[in-house]
Amino acid sequence: MLHIRDVTRRFGRNTAVDRVALEIPSGQMVGIIGRSGAGKSTLLRMINRLVDPSEGSILFDGREVSALRGAALRSWHRDCAMIFQQFNLVPRLDVVSNVLHGTLNRRSTVATMLNLFPTADINQAIDILDRLGIADHAPKRVEALSGGQQQRVAIARALMQDPRIILADEPIASLDPMNAQVVMDTLRRIHDEDGRMIVCNLHTLDTARRYCDRVIGMRDGRVVFDGSPQDLTTRAARDIYGAGEKFSEASTSTSIETLEPLFNPAPVREPAFAN
Amino acid sequence: MTGPATSALGSLKADYLALVRRRRMYSGLITVLFVSVLAAGFSVADARNAGGFWQGLPKIFDFPAELISEAIDKSADLPANLLLYLPALIETVNIAAVSTLVGALLAIVLSLLSTRGLARWPRLIPFFRRAMDVARAVPEIVIALVLIFVMGGGPVPALIAITFHSAGALGKLFSEVNENADLKPVEGLASVGASWLQRMWLGVIPQVAPNYISYALLRFEINVRASAILGFVGAGGIGAELRVAISWGTGRYDAAAAIFILLFLTIVAIDQLSSYYRNRLVGAH
Repeated sequence: MLHIRDVTRRFGRNTAVDRVALEIPSGQMVGIIGRSGAGKSTLLRMINRLVDPSEGSILFDGREVSALRGAALRSWHRDCAMIFQQFNLVPRLDVVSNVLHGTLNRRSTVATMLNLFPTADINQAIDILDRLGIADHAPKRVEALSGGQQQRVAIARALMQDPRIILADEPIASLDPMNAQVVMDTLRRIHDEDGRMIVCNLHTLDTARRYCDRVIGMRDGRVVFDGSPQDLTTRAARDIYGAGEKFSEASTSTSIETLEPLFNPAPVREPAFAN
Repeated sequence: MTGPATSALGSLKADYLALVRRRRMYSGLITVLFVSVLAAGFSVADARNAGGFWQGLPKIFDFPAELISEAIDKSADLPANLLLYLPALIETVNIAAVSTLVGALLAIVLSLLSTRGLARWPRLIPFFRRAMDVARAVPEIVIALVLIFVMGGGPVPALIAITFHSAGALGKLFSEVNENADLKPVEGLASVGASWLQRMWLGVIPQVAPNYISYALLRFEINVRASAILGFVGAGGIGAELRVAISWGTGRYDAAAAIFILLFLTIVAIDQLSSYYRNRLVGAH
């Protein structure tokens, strides 16, 4: 159970997250939606403690994780894996090495620098890659992989941590629709098979509706919607995004099924350039 | 994929583990090589030494101790000495500044002409690279001595010698910076019909300028020291004064100490300046 108690984060004069209070039971898959700058990323980063809250506290299973320091904090980072929009892998290292980085918290620094990872860990890393369908790429450098493959390497690194929570910050925002679906299917499968809690920032409503058990909407740093995907009507979405009547979900959708022509073909015009 | 998936996975693992073992062997070999080169190099240096390294070692601090104790004895003269040698310092810094500026300008041109992907004439890359190699290979003191022999003593031979060397040394560093520059803006400028110079000026220089500046300021530091050393062989400046002041036996150690303090303060000033301007340039983006 993750308790977020009236957490606030300020950057200078800006308040990115404003007195957010949430309770997320173990094993839930939660989608957080909202427009850019609504505080979604900052909230996720505070849960992982990449950013510290200005006020309020965050508890996990009764332990105050917002007060941890030093080794205890690093061990919390391990329990609370993070997946980034830009993957945040080491591009010049091979896929398996990147996945093995998930074990850094329990390895000594010297062993890491000498690249001495135990054979059992290497086998486990390749097993995880196989589970995500990218074991063939194991010896390749990460920079040689496509965006969707890199994001699955990042998920493999997260799984290698054996985390209690997986946080995903816009995991599909840099991917094409096909890869986006593969990555979201992967996250959902991990949730269903392992029963891990997943909190996911999303840009697109249909993704949140299709994959999440619960949707949280944020606007200007506050939670303005918290309910099941069925409750997320077009009216509720307009509230979250602060949009007018013109707001249409289909125009922002990235899912393949909803693709249909939205506009009539433009009429032929006179050329505007000098001949 | 065909065939039983489990055995495919097994061979994948075996292949990767073999790769890991090979890498570990290489890093082990490199470590052994590194240690043996270090040991061999040291023993050669020790064998060729005129005296003995181990016999000389306890006496290593004799000269600095003598210098410092005499400087402390005459510490009352220190402000006067600092003022006395300031003009010579300014001459030295002047030589260094002019040669760094001219050298850096030459280096920018040479580096752009010798970077793959940016070069105006890709076939001439090896030519420009070798030109820079020559500039780096010839010690500046040799050039300075030849020029002093031909043109007589003074700051100009030192200036030419240091400029020549700086162009080669900075050219190599700049060209490495250029290689890491993002080519997308260059392609964008090519797509609007920009000339090579326009592409370099607007597409590459803005990206690489902060690194250029920090390398050039580091070179300025090195050149201050180089121009001080060239003073020893007749190029004027603070080096000439230091040569007189530091001779063992006949020297004036309080003067030598003042000169060291001046050089140290100069280096500190350049360092501060360098980080200040670099931060401003990076922050401006």
